[in-house]
Amino acid sequence: MNAATWGLVIATFVACFVEMVEATTIVMAMGFTRNWRSAMAGTGAALLLLAVVTVAAGYALATWLPESALQLAIGGLLLIFGLQWLRKAILRSSGRKAVHDEDAIYAEEVKAAKKAGAAHKGIDMFGFMVSFKGVFLEGMEVVFIVITFGLNANNIPAASLGAVAAVVIVLALAVVLKRPLSMINENLLKYGVGLLLASFGTYWAVEGIGIFRGGHESLHWPGSDLAILGLLVIWFLLSRIFVSALRTPRTAAPAVTTSTHEVVK
Amino acid sequence: MKFLKAFGQFWYDFIIGDDWKIAVAVVIALAILLGAVGAQLFGDAGLAILGAVLIVAGFAISLVIDVRPKTKP
Repeated sequence: MNAATWGLVIATFVACFVEMVEATTIVMAMGFTRNWRSAMAGTGAALLLLAVVTVAAGYALATWLPESALQLAIGGLLLIFGLQWLRKAILRSSGRKAVHDEDAIYAEEVKAAKKAGAAHKGIDMFGFMVSFKGVFLEGMEVVFIVITFGLNANNIPAASLGAVAAVVIVLALAVVLKRPLSMINENLLKYGVGLLLASFGTYWAVEGIGIFRGGHESLHWPGSDLAILGLLVIWFLLSRIFVSALRTPRTAAPAVTTSTHEVVK
Repeated sequence: MKFLKAFGQFWYDFIIGDDWKIAVAVVIALAILLGAVGAQLFGDAGLAILGAVLIVAGFAISLVIDVRPKTKP
């Protein structure tokens, strides 16, 4: 594998790792409070559907969209998504937003599971659906990242490899530890992924604007792929400037109001 | 039905997220770049750099608006 392919695998691995840690917290809460059979069945069904969506959407996009349109459409979405992660990372690092807490999310899921009444024997629909929904929705973000990175780098198998490796490692950790993976510094990982997504997203979205000129040819960056490294440095420096400028004492009230969902995410 | 609602919520969170200003900033930055492409303002390298500057500036402005001190009514 060359350096670009390794970069692709690492980017999808880290992004998928973060999302899987979040999904695993939900599945474990269902497994321990409802029953494991339903939690595992929901997880398996979601992973199967995600695989189908990845193959179908990847094939459809690669077949029907010209390269520059693909870069603009999914590069633009990736950019927006990446900048949202970067915004959260800046606000968390500067103390203006609550950090992601897997233990708190686990407790919340357990409370909801207990409130739903006694678990049914066999397949318990509550445990199945919550696990399915958690894995599918967290996984959809990964599918999007895999498709975007894979198609733009013309290497979906490498991008999928990174994602599958993350799923296997997170599941293995969960099985061994038998508790939410709260020891993982998810906020730092999200910061790194946010920087990567913002850099790749900027690169591809700008390239894709070429769809609107004669010949629909993508714009060419000076330095070609090396420009991504330059963008990474720019986004990192900008984020550090904002973190320094916005830093507040830890005891201060958050300047940005957050809904329950925001704290969870 | 609940699942469809959650799926729709996912796409809303994905594109709009916690701060709609980011999506707006990206769209405006790309629209200005498109104008520059149409006007053939620069060569490819100049347009790419302009695009990056617009996106970075758009994000910075949206974040500054986001964290500005709120004035009491």
